[in-house]
Amino acid sequence: MSVLQLRGVSKSFGAIQALTGVDLTVERGQALGLMGDNGAGKSTLMKIIAGNFAPTSGEIALDGVTVHFGRPIEARRLGVEIVYQDLALCDNLTAAGNVFLGRELKKRLGPIAWLDHAAMNTRAGELFAELKSETRPRDLVRQMSGGQRQAVAIARTRLSDPKIVLMDEPTAAISVRQIKEVLDLIHRLKETGHAVILVSHRMPDVFAVCDRVAVLRRGALVADKPIANSSPEEVTGLITGAIAAA
Amino acid sequence: MTTDSNAGHARIDATIASRREMSWAQSVTRTQPFWVAIAILFIGFVMMQVSDVFMTERNMFNVARNFAFFGIMALGMTAVICTAGIDLSVGSLMGLAGIVTGMVMQAGWGIGVGFLACMATAATVGLINGALIAYLRMAPFVVTLGMLAMARSIAMVASNNKMIYEFGPDQDILEWIGGASVLGVPNPIWVLAILTAVFWWAYNYSTWGRWVFAVGGNAQAARLAGIPVERVVVSVYVISSLTAGVAAFMMIGWFGSVTNALGQTYELNVIAASVIGGANLMGGVAYALGAPIGAALMELIRNSLLLAGIDALWQQFFVGLFLIIAVLLEQIRNRGRS
Repeated sequence: MSVLQLRGVSKSFGAIQALTGVDLTVERGQALGLMGDNGAGKSTLMKIIAGNFAPTSGEIALDGVTVHFGRPIEARRLGVEIVYQDLALCDNLTAAGNVFLGRELKKRLGPIAWLDHAAMNTRAGELFAELKSETRPRDLVRQMSGGQRQAVAIARTRLSDPKIVLMDEPTAAISVRQIKEVLDLIHRLKETGHAVILVSHRMPDVFAVCDRVAVLRRGALVADKPIANSSPEEVTGLITGAIAAA
Repeated sequence: MTTDSNAGHARIDATIASRREMSWAQSVTRTQPFWVAIAILFIGFVMMQVSDVFMTERNMFNVARNFAFFGIMALGMTAVICTAGIDLSVGSLMGLAGIVTGMVMQAGWGIGVGFLACMATAATVGLINGALIAYLRMAPFVVTLGMLAMARSIAMVASNNKMIYEFGPDQDILEWIGGASVLGVPNPIWVLAILTAVFWWAYNYSTWGRWVFAVGGNAQAARLAGIPVERVVVSVYVISSLTAGVAAFMMIGWFGSVTNALGQTYELNVIAASVIGGANLMGGVAYALGAPIGAALMELIRNSLLLAGIDALWQQFFVGLFLIIAVLLEQIRNRGRS
């Protein structure tokens, strides 16, 4: 069964039709590259899946069960994690602090509960080790490289063993060496059976890690095919409209 | 430092393990309160050489008691500043809370009711500040500046511009709480010490403390992580107001009287104490220990100028100077890091 299924998802903001009847499925352990020009509706689609806003019509199903998200936190509870483009990290907290932000581990004695720093640091360290990332739990995020920050944001999504991880332009603003780190992280997510949707402008990244590519143009899905049957030239044509659909 | 991407993962693990994280001493010496404490010891050492009066028990007693009130309020202010906010209304609130306490006790109520009235007044003002800032998204500067004017005005109206010096049946208890000592240490210092410990614990070990720092570091990220940002913001203004209420309650006990001018211009000293103690006005950085340390430095400067025979009119000049120097140092250190 598909881990995520979108059926006829549309979204309009007043008179603007941002998405029109999008059908999309994602399988476990699979990475889907979502491509499209600026304003094609990629971010809108991601935000609908992540629960930032509800679709105007159509439905979303997780593991075959139709779901309705009011807020991002509800999507997270049902196994949808998102890595935002700006990563949404608190620079003044440690790596472990960010990983556990909003779901801190606590110890309790009667009515008094306190943060269990040791457990959070250990668990965060395990997550970084699983991601093969050279990130230390007690370091402040402020002092980290772009790749390490990505690792923190990705480690956070793995805390709850999510069904699906959405990644919005994870390689947009980092160096070449760090891009490799991030792509390795995505491979690691796939290996552990997570579904990944990758929004990216960078064609090489999509072709390096994704199993399927989907292209949005003016709010409509114009292609959804295995990456092996496509080519960067075809995808470029689909994005610009030189190729109508595939 | 960097690891070749082809290297074995075992090597990465070994590298991570071998890289020592900051030791306790390193992390302490990086904080502003540490360096301010060093400055306090230095000034104290110099004053011991220069003045015979400085180290006398009487002078130390006065210094300690004077800074305790600012320290208590500065604790609450650190929480507000940590969320990138500011609370200008604490001085006026002292006047209002003090007058309310005085009127309630003058009317014959006991110390318990007087204290509750004081805290309820403070909590109400804090709630109004917090709600306007968190839910109506108004600038903290504007909201609390308005409250500065309004709270003082209500205190004037309520007191009919008269001093209150009779506090009913529990007057002795009130004066004991604010003015007496336990084990040779003035009571306000005890309160400051206990509250500092509570804030230190809350900042390091409570979910609330973690959330306050998260909101100050990146409010949007905190919201996306499911943190109730609005409620956290309201809570810091309520807590700032409550510390002002506690300071007012103890101060009227010490004075044995209250006028509606209680706490006038204190907001400047309280904010200065928090900032000198390392709280960053841009949000996300605050130290519980910074509040008493910052307040102590300011009181020490005041006392030193007094003992050195320098005109008291210069005091505010030096408070302002140290505030500017503290912020400047913070910026220079940050530049060095990034």
